Amino acid sequence: MTLGGWIIMLVSVGTVSTLFTWCIYKVLTTEGEEEKLHGFEAETPDMQDKEKDS
Amino acid sequence: MSSSKLKDTWNSRIGVILAVSGSAVGLGNFLRFPGLAAKHGGGAFMLAYFFSFLIIGLSICWAEWAIGRAGGQKGYNSSPGIMGILTRKPVIKYLGVLGVLIPVMIYMYYVYIEAWCLGYAVNFLAGNLNFTTGEESGAFFGNFVGIGENGSAFGFGIQQVGWFLVAVFILNFYLIYRGISKGIELFCKYAMPALIVLAMVILIRVLTLGTPDPTTPDRNAANGLGYMWNPTKIHLEEKSEGSESWTKLEEIIGSQATTEAETRAASDESLRIREVSLWEQLLNFQLWLDAAGQIFFSLSIGFGVIINYASYLKRRDDVVLSGLAATSANEFCEVALGGLITVPAAFTFLGIAGAAGSTLGLGFNALPMVFSNMPAGQFFGFLFFFLLFLAAVTSSLSMLQPGIAFLEESMDIGRHRSVALLGLITAFGCGFVVYFSKDLKALDTIDFWVGTFLIFILATTQIIVFGWVIGLERGLKLANEGALFPIPSIYGFIMKYVTPSFLLIIFFFWTLQNIFGYNVLTGEFAYSSYIKDLFIEPDRVAAYSLILIGLVLAFLKLLTFISPKLKASTISNPETGGSE
Repeated sequence: MTLGGWIIMLVSVGTVSTLFTWCIYKVLTTEGEEEKLHGFEAETPDMQDKEKDS
Repeated sequence: MSSSKLKDTWNSRIGVILAVSGSAVGLGNFLRFPGLAAKHGGGAFMLAYFFSFLIIGLSICWAEWAIGRAGGQKGYNSSPGIMGILTRKPVIKYLGVLGVLIPVMIYMYYVYIEAWCLGYAVNFLAGNLNFTTGEESGAFFGNFVGIGENGSAFGFGIQQVGWFLVAVFILNFYLIYRGISKGIELFCKYAMPALIVLAMVILIRVLTLGTPDPTTPDRNAANGLGYMWNPTKIHLEEKSEGSESWTKLEEIIGSQATTEAETRAASDESLRIREVSLWEQLLNFQLWLDAAGQIFFSLSIGFGVIINYASYLKRRDDVVLSGLAATSANEFCEVALGGLITVPAAFTFLGIAGAAGSTLGLGFNALPMVFSNMPAGQFFGFLFFFLLFLAAVTSSLSMLQPGIAFLEESMDIGRHRSVALLGLITAFGCGFVVYFSKDLKALDTIDFWVGTFLIFILATTQIIVFGWVIGLERGLKLANEGALFPIPSIYGFIMKYVTPSFLLIIFFFWTLQNIFGYNVLTGEFAYSSYIKDLFIEPDRVAAYSLILIGLVLAFLKLLTFISPKLKASTISNPETGGSE
């Protein structure tokens, strides 16, 4: 691996990793997001299908 | 929408981001991208790749998210309904049918490949995959997928695809039956982080391989990375007899290979060693075509999935950040994980010959040999193919939802009935693809015409609809509603002018090359195999495959035509359709 190869690899991997980390950080720290993160136990609108199908 | 008809919806923003990124992350991230980057030289390819990401990837992705959410707010979740209600133009509504056809047709063969991944994972765990030669690996693959004869893929032993296909089919429909939040979102919430952790474990294994065979010192992980990422390439070239032109004999990686090549070149005047610079590689049109194509297919844009997934968002949900997050998750998996695992691993054990190959050849022929030779390869082989399996499930799930939404909307039936109907349609189509397994002809034909050709058309339609039919100002207003930060203003110009032009140029040259067989670099004409199969040396399986595509398209168009709700979508003040 040449020096150029190392630079290209580190810049490419660093760019996408930084962007990904920043996006996930912003998503998780946006106000109002937390209370929705653990909602899987709650009844969801999917349940309306049972009514519709019955 | 009446209040009694509650909508399916996502439970959390991170859930929809993981679902969309799960749809995008698939076999292409771990097999196709590394192969292309290595083929073209990492530096040059990455420049073209990031350029395409900014011009095509982000533009269409944001357009799809915005169009999808806006359509969902008007009571439509299917691509024809959304395109119809937002433009009021029947022509665009019927073009929107492609947003249903594409995922449904791709599912028919993708689930077959998904079954291969699961089958390989199980066979690694069972210790059945210990190959010493490429022939052994190829023979196992051929037998497993039934490549030798039509109908031979329907075997039900552990070394055949049958049971695995049944298992993944049931898994997909079980998850999709559970609905948006309890099925797709819940699965992706666990599968995507698991996929990233598995990839990181494999990555650490690959990067610590060192030089497994001391008799071939050039075959090591560092040179494997170099083969993929070095910006300049070193070629051994040969001068043709009676000609002044030089042709590439082989690529040289590693100090031992360089010394040997220098010795050969010094003793033979018809040989030379040449360094191919990054700029010279950038002049290769094929590199741009491949980079744009990879961005295009990797991000699942023009697929009909994002537009459908986004339609389940709420009005104030942020589509700008969500779109960026989902695409960045895909890029992370592709560049930072896929880019460091597959090709370096294959190079370390098999050299350049093993690392350079097609997506399926690399994945199901070369890599099993790599894991067979790797310390603890049985375990890591299982992990790798299970990783591919997870990536494939999150993608195939997303291919079902657009069809389900369409059937619900066009036939006014509930989710469970539409799941059952789509199950029947896709089971028939999948049975067709699996039965005609000889040379994977049906799979290959549908992949080309639907998975490549029609995707270009739908993506181009979507970006033109966003910039020119809905109108850029209105489109950006729709996209920026509820956004933490707006789409950068430069993207107004890009989405209206640059992206459609770039797409049309790429599509033109792609069609010229892949359909009409015109080689832009050499100026030679040679019809592609897909055209030969239809017109020059007719192949009945290729013809049946196109008939299948035509039948499904006709069925979807018919439903669009007779559905009152979809009909109402293009009427100015629909009474039976979505609410304003």
